[in-house]
Amino acid sequence: MIRFTNIYKRFGRLQALDNINLSFPASKSVALIGPNGSGKTTLIKSLLGMVVPDKGDITFKDSSILGSCDYRANIGYMPQISSYPENMTISQVMEMMKDIRQYNKLDEDLVKAFKLPQLAGKPMRTLSGGTRQKVSACLAFLFNPEVLVLDEPTAGLDPVASGILQDKILQETKNGKLVLITSHILSELDDLVDEVAYLQDGKVQFHKQVAALQAETGEQKLVRAMARVMENGGL
Amino acid sequence: MKKIIKYVVLDILRNRILVSYTVLLLVVSMLLLCLTDNGTKALLSLLNIVLIVLPLVSIIFSTIYYYNASAFIELLVCQPLRRTKILLSVYVGLALSLLIAFCVGVGVPLLIFDGSITAVLLIVVGMALTVIFSALAILGSVIMRDKARGIGVAILSWFYFSLLYDGLVLFLLFQFSDYPLEKPAVVMGALNPIDLGRIIVLLRLDSAAMMGYTGAVFASFFGSVGGMLTAFVLLLIWMGWPLCWALRRFNRKDL
Repeated sequence: MIRFTNIYKRFGRLQALDNINLSFPASKSVALIGPNGSGKTTLIKSLLGMVVPDKGDITFKDSSILGSCDYRANIGYMPQISSYPENMTISQVMEMMKDIRQYNKLDEDLVKAFKLPQLAGKPMRTLSGGTRQKVSACLAFLFNPEVLVLDEPTAGLDPVASGILQDKILQETKNGKLVLITSHILSELDDLVDEVAYLQDGKVQFHKQVAALQAETGEQKLVRAMARVMENGGL
Repeated sequence: MKKIIKYVVLDILRNRILVSYTVLLLVVSMLLLCLTDNGTKALLSLLNIVLIVLPLVSIIFSTIYYYNASAFIELLVCQPLRRTKILLSVYVGLALSLLIAFCVGVGVPLLIFDGSITAVLLIVVGMALTVIFSALAILGSVIMRDKARGIGVAILSWFYFSLLYDGLVLFLLFQFSDYPLEKPAVVMGALNPIDLGRIIVLLRLDSAAMMGYTGAVFASFFGSVGGMLTAFVLLLIWMGWPLCWALRRFNRKDL
């Protein structure tokens, strides 16, 4: 469904993405993991057209996304650091997004689960980090997109909210959606993901099924399996 | 696109700065038009305000607004919208609100109390300058990532266009006074939209003493009407190029 071919991106001296080749099929849940600064967010941003790659091509459903914008109607994005117009209230932001995007069916499960209507009148600037994350999550799922891109989704969320979000992610994967998650908390990814792509210094070290990774390392937990991989200096 | 313009305009109109700018312009133009007995004198004073205050407010307000709206722009960029459309809508919304402020503050009193062709010309020049300087502001803020630097560039460019430029022209004239300078002076006039605006209104008023060197050259080079038309065409070019450049730059920008 999504394919990255020979993607290069350089920020000044830093080679953020170095010949990335990845492809993700539909109805899978994929974890992008890697140390800080390994290029995860840059990769995600280039998928969303927020960062323009220097070289290479990204295709969405077999057509290139470079210079196009309509494909984004099929992507729900939850950013790591969310930015919203500070003087708008939660309900104004939600209404504005509904106004700007075309949609058939709204998915308001998360809005209800996070009890956002009770906070609807609050301006964005007064919200705590966790509440902002909740708004981001709601907006990502709201338009029923085929692909969900979640950048550090549970960072800053309390355990209850993070549990709600994880259940929602599982449910959407079952509904045949492609979910891309980046996270540093490997333990919470255990039940969520089918595949793991490991990035380091802008390069893809490996991209495997979780089952294959478990078989190769002999470990059941993702944390331990990844630790084993890192100890052995890659596979 | 209309929807984004609507959000931008609503956001700006809620802002008190723009309202106080409108009131200030209104008070000044009322005072000038009602208290001065000589119509031409009032027009000239208003011209100076239009040439100095308008570009300053347009460029600074637009720059600050663009940086404050960066969250909004980022939010829009990951939606299914063309980048060109996003930037264009922000620009149109900004220019539109500044134009409303100008028309209410200066345009309406001028039309009511004066109503001459010169007054209409002054309004047109003011509108053109508003549009040009908000386009310049957008260009500067798209290029500069840092807010402080962006505002610095905005202030500097206003300083250049309204003050430094005249000094520069005088300096060149004295340095090269032994040579024929008509053609270079025409080119120099074309390089500054504020000067072009001044030339247009003063050609109409025929007050050659205030025209300055570039204006006098324009008058002798193109004649009164021809000079005005040429200046208008040049102003149109000034409206176009900063925006085109900003759009091209924004399409390739990493957010």
